[in-house]
Amino acid sequence: MLNPLKANSRVLRRASIRRLAQPSVSVISNPIRSAGSLSQRPNSGFVSFPGALKSSFTSSLKFETPESYTALPTYRVVDQNGQVVDPSFSPDISDEAVIKLYKDMLYISIMDLIMFDAQRQGRLSFYMVSAGEEAVSVGTSSVLDKDDPVFCQYREQGLFKERGFTTEQFMSQLFANRNDNGRGRNMPIHYGCKPLNIHTVSSPLATQLPQASGAAYALKLQRLQDPSSKPRVAAVFFGEGAASEGDFHAALNIAATRSCPVVFICRNNGFAISTPTLDQYRGDGIASRGIGYGIDTIRIDGNDIWAVREATKKAREMALQDGGKPVLIEAMTYRVSHHSTSDDSFAYRARVEVEDWKRRDNPITRLRKWMEAKGCWDEAKEKEARDSLRKEILKGFSEAEREKKPPIGSMFEDVYESLTPDLKEQMGQLKELLETYPEEYDVASYEGGVASLDVPKDN
Amino acid sequence: MKRQAVRHLKGALAHPRARSAAPLNLARCYSTHPPNAKLNLPIDYSTTPLLAHTSAIAKQNTEISSDVLHGATKKMNLFQAINDALNIALTEDETVSVFGEDVAFGGVFRCTMKLAETHGADRVFNTPLTEQGILGFAIGMAVEGMRPVAEIQFADYVFPAFDQIVNEAAKKRYYEGANGRSAGGMTVRMPCGTVGHGALYHSQSPEALFTHVPGMRVIMPRSPLQAKGLLLAAIRSNDPCIFMEPKILYRAAVEEVPVAPYELPLSKAEVIKEGKNVTIVSYGQPLYNCMAAIKQAEEDLGISVELIDLRTIYPWDKKTVFESVQKTGRVLVVHESMVNAGVGAEVAAAIQENADTFNRLEAPVSRVAGWSIHNALIFEKFHVPDVARIYDSIKKTVQY
Repeated sequence: MLNPLKANSRVLRRASIRRLAQPSVSVISNPIRSAGSLSQRPNSGFVSFPGALKSSFTSSLKFETPESYTALPTYRVVDQNGQVVDPSFSPDISDEAVIKLYKDMLYISIMDLIMFDAQRQGRLSFYMVSAGEEAVSVGTSSVLDKDDPVFCQYREQGLFKERGFTTEQFMSQLFANRNDNGRGRNMPIHYGCKPLNIHTVSSPLATQLPQASGAAYALKLQRLQDPSSKPRVAAVFFGEGAASEGDFHAALNIAATRSCPVVFICRNNGFAISTPTLDQYRGDGIASRGIGYGIDTIRIDGNDIWAVREATKKAREMALQDGGKPVLIEAMTYRVSHHSTSDDSFAYRARVEVEDWKRRDNPITRLRKWMEAKGCWDEAKEKEARDSLRKEILKGFSEAEREKKPPIGSMFEDVYESLTPDLKEQMGQLKELLETYPEEYDVASYEGGVASLDVPKDN
Repeated sequence: MKRQAVRHLKGALAHPRARSAAPLNLARCYSTHPPNAKLNLPIDYSTTPLLAHTSAIAKQNTEISSDVLHGATKKMNLFQAINDALNIALTEDETVSVFGEDVAFGGVFRCTMKLAETHGADRVFNTPLTEQGILGFAIGMAVEGMRPVAEIQFADYVFPAFDQIVNEAAKKRYYEGANGRSAGGMTVRMPCGTVGHGALYHSQSPEALFTHVPGMRVIMPRSPLQAKGLLLAAIRSNDPCIFMEPKILYRAAVEEVPVAPYELPLSKAEVIKEGKNVTIVSYGQPLYNCMAAIKQAEEDLGISVELIDLRTIYPWDKKTVFESVQKTGRVLVVHESMVNAGVGAEVAAAIQENADTFNRLEAPVSRVAGWSIHNALIFEKFHVPDVARIYDSIKKTVQY
């Protein structure tokens, strides 16, 4: 819709429908006032256009300028030094629970370092770290209900971890081995887990957004049909770059019009690969757009896990009110890391800028400072936690790396619910090829070897 | 005003033209035929053998269970048959919902009439004008266990949703892998094809763009009876389905349709007329043109022609087509959309790739399809395969 060409095609489309209908002989003899007509009470200061209710008339010719609005504020609970700035705040969870969240954040940051290096050593094809954004994924996850379906973009490993994704599950996906939920079909970091109600990550940006709106609508219908079922929301993550895609607009607009219980969570980390926000959008971030769609919106400090938790808790509550409605959270962060292992961000930003951010404001150190001030964490505990997490990850790493790949025959499965005659024939063709040229293919590392291409009898 | 306009459009789109010569109306010159034409006459939908004009004929269907055939039949046009299938699906399964642009008031082609009143505004509803949103929304509902039936108002406007269809709906089951989720509950309906005056953006038939993408079933019915059974099968299918409705048939094609629910098989072609000398493979509206051309060719050339309706265009029924080619040795593939990289290319390639059918061929496989151009308003009658072109291709194939 934002594309002018698109808008034009709409105009043409409607116009052409009317034009096609013109040769009609019917005369409009008794005009019917439709919902689209303009109606106004005498002497009213307002006009009821169907597209803008309660808009008052004005005689001053004035365009609104974005600069005349102050930027939306950023909600925070704890500042960079770990000091509580909201006097009304008191933690709603035990010290043990906070420590668990902290360890989840640590786990992700340690796994990121190990896997980034592993990719550099050629042991992994690709990786994406989430350094600087751990509070958003872990914090939101910790206050969503475990039965709330979640749609991720690709930098939410913290949510997987917090929900209970295991080291073996992470590593199996990263190494595309036979235990990978995704059956070895997708690039590393495209995790998914049905028992944890997390939909599998796919690479196209923003496609997950209208899907989350639809999923939320499904939850709403299911609850209408079975009022005794548990109220649930859908949650969906995306970056500020993805918000430039048409699917973002589609998702928010359709969620608003259908009153879908969905929480949109934007990680505004300042960069879409190399593109800084100034080249991505003008206007007040992503949050200002939510208001335009008629959606309740908040901007938060994404480096403050307490702010993330408080805002998400409240957003979830709101999303379930009035029969369901969408809520938008814009979490401000800074992508400390490169975009992915295929990216060297020092080609487009200064190393010193990144170092500054790391030192000045980091979600993990911020929570650590808060915990130390509270007296539930110290250097010894930090060292112990880091060591044990590192060991656990490395152990999972080497186990997963040694596992066999999934069976070759499985590459033909899950295209359709069952194998089509064409696919069965193609399995046979591939099998014949592999058997004719055994020197040309390494099949030993795949579970079951060539035999996995035997066509199942009753499929 | 808009609704009125739309109603006029529907009438204009699909009324069968009377065969008796009417006074020349310049405003409608692009939908009349030359006075001396013998082949390119308007299709007489009231007599074509492709439609079951009586209940007795409808009840001869061998794919529908006898229980259903013992029940009543009712005269329906294509939009009524679609409406009937949607109504049944909504009634029998509370996970089914129907939505799209202008769907709530009944749809611009009347396919969703009274569904919102009957099944409630939560399950039958309007969406904003956002094809990518509609598709994404449908996929999201499907992966959470629902059976959404999404409508794209014209196939010409499906392209903003291409990312959702190609990268998400088609691949969902594949990338979810062992998680077992899929977009299989989803069915996307869209009117397609030419109507005489739809020009570039109300005429397209983009099935070949979908048949290149594994993961979906692409279906196009030829008649009301077929549409009801195939649409119910598509909605109940656990694979995502693209259901393309030739919009010229919405009002033109009328036949007796069993009232009870029934399914017709997906990915199964149907031999709708047996013959010995030539096989014609087609689907959708061109089948009517094929039938008219066959009648004339059989009279003129003393041959008999077999006509096959693919029905599901992908994954398509090679077995039925190959068996027919084994019998006749001569094949035409007829479709309305452009010839380049179209369905005809796939069918022809498969026939020459199969050693048995390749050896049996007596003539090159011929593709009779739209030229490799766009649908130009005033030139449509020269663009779309008509009776004369199909007749001529039969003749050339026989005389090769």
